[in-house]
Formats: sequence, C-alpha cells, structure tokens
Amino acid sequence: MLKLYVQDFLRYRYLLYNLISRDFKLKYRRSILGVAWSVLNPLMMCAVMFVVFAPMMGGIRGGAGSNYAVYLVIGQLLFTFFREATTMAMSSIMGNALLLRKVYIPKYIFPLQKICFAMVNCLFSFIALVIVMVVTGTPLHATIFLGIYPLLTLAVFSLGAGMILSALAVFFRDVIHLWEVFTTILMWFSAIFYDPAQQFASVPLLIAAINCNPIYQYITAFRATVLYGQLLSGAQVAICGVWALVMLALGLFVFKKTQDKFVLYM
Amino acid sequence: MEPIIQVDNVSMRFNLAKEKSESLKEYFLQLVKGTLRFDEFYALKEVSLDVQPGDFYGLIGLNGSGKSTLLKVISGVYKPSSGTCRVRGTIAPLIELGAGFDMDLTARENIYLNGTVLGFSPKYIDAHFEEIVEFSELREFLDVPLKNYSSGMVARLAFAVATITKPDILIADEILAVGDFLFQEKCEKRMQALMSGGTTVILVSHSIEQIERMCNKVAWLEHGRIKMNGPTQEVCEAYKHTTREQ
Repeated sequence: MLKLYVQDFLRYRYLLYNLISRDFKLKYRRSILGVAWSVLNPLMMCAVMFVVFAPMMGGIRGGAGSNYAVYLVIGQLLFTFFREATTMAMSSIMGNALLLRKVYIPKYIFPLQKICFAMVNCLFSFIALVIVMVVTGTPLHATIFLGIYPLLTLAVFSLGAGMILSALAVFFRDVIHLWEVFTTILMWFSAIFYDPAQQFASVPLLIAAINCNPIYQYITAFRATVLYGQLLSGAQVAICGVWALVMLALGLFVFKKTQDKFVLYM
Repeated sequence: MEPIIQVDNVSMRFNLAKEKSESLKEYFLQLVKGTLRFDEFYALKEVSLDVQPGDFYGLIGLNGSGKSTLLKVISGVYKPSSGTCRVRGTIAPLIELGAGFDMDLTARENIYLNGTVLGFSPKYIDAHFEEIVEFSELREFLDVPLKNYSSGMVARLAFAVATITKPDILIADEILAVGDFLFQEKCEKRMQALMSGGTTVILVSHSIEQIERMCNKVAWLEHGRIKMNGPTQEVCEAYKHTTREQ
C-alpha cells in the first residue's frame, strides 16, 4: 500500500516541479524588476512597520535598538510565509477543478505545490533578512543554520493546515473568507512587532494565549537561532515538531476522508 | 485471457447541483430545518463491462447516457459510488484535450506541463519533443502563449502530447470532433498505429460510421445502463434502428 503511494508520488514529482515553476514564471512575467520583487516587497513592508512601531517598541530584549529591525523582519517573513502558503493551498483544489475533473492526478499535489511555492518565495525574501542583518550590524551566529528546523517544521505545519483548508473550501466556500479574518487575528497573537513578555507582563492570560499560538512558537524558535545565537531548547524542538506532526496527521486524515468527493462538488 | 479493464457492477451517484450547499450558513440552516436532502441522480447504474487486451471498444449512446462518466470512472477521475473498476496497465486519457494546459504559458512550456500532468518525465518529453512539434505542425508558434491559439491548434498540440507514450490503454472521448479533416485522419492513423502496437482503445463518438470503421466491439449505453454489448455490426445496427424509430 505504502509502496503504491511512493510510486505514485515519484511519477508525479515532475508535475510538482513544473507547477511550481509555472507559478513562479507567471508571477514575474511582464514585470521589469521581476524576481527582485521577492526581496523588495518584504523589505518595503518591514520598513513601513519599522517606521510605525520602532518608536513605541524601542527597547525590545537587550535594549539594542538595532535588533528590533531584525526581530520584526523575522516575525513578518515567517508569518507571511504561513499566511501565503495556507491561503494559496486553500484554493488550490478549487482552482484546479478543471484539471481534476478530466485527468487523474493525486490531489494532494496541489496543496503541496502551493506550500513549496510559498517556501521558494520565502527563501528569496530571506535575502531581505540578510540585508537588514548586515545593515544593522547584527552578528552572524553559527546557530543560523539551526533556523532550518523551525522553518521546515513550520512548512510541514502549513501543509497540514493547507490540506484541511483546501478540502473544506471545496464543500464550503465560506472558509476562504473566514480564513482571511482568522489569520488577521492570528497575526496579532504572533508577536511580530512586540515582545509579549515585555508588553503584557501584567496580563498573564494574554501571554498564555500567545504561547498557545504555534506560529508564535515557530517565530520564537527561529529568532532564538538566527537573532540571538542560541541553541534550540528541548522544549522548543518538541513544540515545533509536535505541532507540525499533529497538524500534518490531521490534514492527511481530513484530506483522505474527503478527497473522493471533491469532483462531485466542484 | 484476463481482461485489461474490469468494470464490475459500477454505479455512479451524483447529488444534483441545486441541492449542494455551498456555504456553511446554508448548510447549517438546512441542517436545522431538516431539509438537508440531496436529490440523487444515477449517471451509471450497475454497469459491468470487460475489455480484453487489444480490443478497440466503442461506446455509443445519446447525450447524457453516461458515456463520459464511464470513461472517467475507468481513468480514475471518479471513484464509483458502488462496485469496482480494475485496470491493469497504464492509461493515456484523451478525455478533454488540453485540460492540463495553462493558457498564459507558451506552447513550449505547456508541452512540459501537460506532459508531466500525464505522468511523463521531463527526459522522456525531451526525447519526444521533436515528434510532438512535428505531429502538431505548430513549429512557428512554439513560443506564443496558448491563449492566442485557435481551439483546433490547442487540440492538435494536446493530441500530440498525449500520444507520445505507448500506453496500455488509450481512452478517447470525442476528441476527433475538433480539428480539420486532415488532422482527424492523422489522429485516426496514430490511433491505429498504437493499436497495432498492442494498445487497447476505448472510443466515445457520436459518429456511428467512425465507430463502425474503427471498433471491433461496441457497448450501447442508455440512461446509465448498458443496453447492448457485443460485436460492432450487431450493436450498431440495433442502435441505428431504434434511433430512427423514436
């Protein structure tokens, strides 16, 4: 059984690659700056946020004002990845209805492809992160490479979420609108531009709520390795891993339960 | 000999479009009011069909008789509501030509995209690229976005991509209706060539004379059931007869 799945996946891995490259080509076709937008866009977004929030949040962790820019950029980039990946994955099944009704293709290819595409975009936007780090003179620690762990687990987490959303969106289009609202709320609870321990020291309940947000956990783990040069604690490794695996398992379960009915509702 | 396609007692049930609840609100409203019912519609009812290797099987029937649904069940797009469908071998589906095309990409890019939709590797497509271009006669337009193509040109490209492989089973749904007569002849020849190489073909067509010319066996579908199934001559005679009577 498992062998069959692997065979199927191997047969369609080129399709996965081609779909990603199609998205990429179409995104930048007819734009003069092209791929440079992948770097410029997050850079400009973060610049705006920096100008707005920096005066308010001055002394985040250690007080070094230069750190705040990096702190903010990391939060913004990772959250954007999650939002982009899940939002694109959500409509991926619907968007390929024409194809799925005509040809047999393993359906999970579409949400998976969108997660991969968002990951490619995210990697490009890391150039912006490097630029900010260099400009602000943030020391580069060897622990940067450990940042791969929260990043990959976040991708797995997003894949699980994307599979659930894409399946639900087939049956209830409302999900698309609900998700937009939900991710906005989630953003405020992800501590992108503030430090919860500092801002809400007097409201432990709020801090607890923020800690329950997996996205916040991924961002925190990534900041620990890239910004503060720390190793990941055992608890962090466990939290990132467990959230990812649970969400993926849930995603696979929902997807498998519903996928045969997709064609009937598109 | 073991049949290459074994359709066993397959039924395909659809919920009619007007009944499907597309929003959560509607869904819960209907759930609360107890009106969450689906009008059921059987596109296929207890259909059984065995196809032997090397057969050139024709499917005939009026519009809405379930021909396309049956093809989609065989090619794995639909999972039957009940019954089983077993297929031994690779399938090249020509159900709707160009379903895997992206109109914003050029023909060259689409050849690779559509090729991988059908499960070919890029290497394999590389090796057959010339053949595709040759067959579709679209060399001058290779780098033009597909949205600027005529429907006939799209069909030519799609047919060329889909038939570079030597599948065990070729499934064709009225694809020969597009394109001019010269291209239709070319397609028929290509299908005959695949046949002589051992490929099993299932063809849906409204052109009775085309079915008579190409197929050795024919199944006649009516309202989702198989009305008659057997050698071409017999079934086609009966089909023409009844059609005239009605």
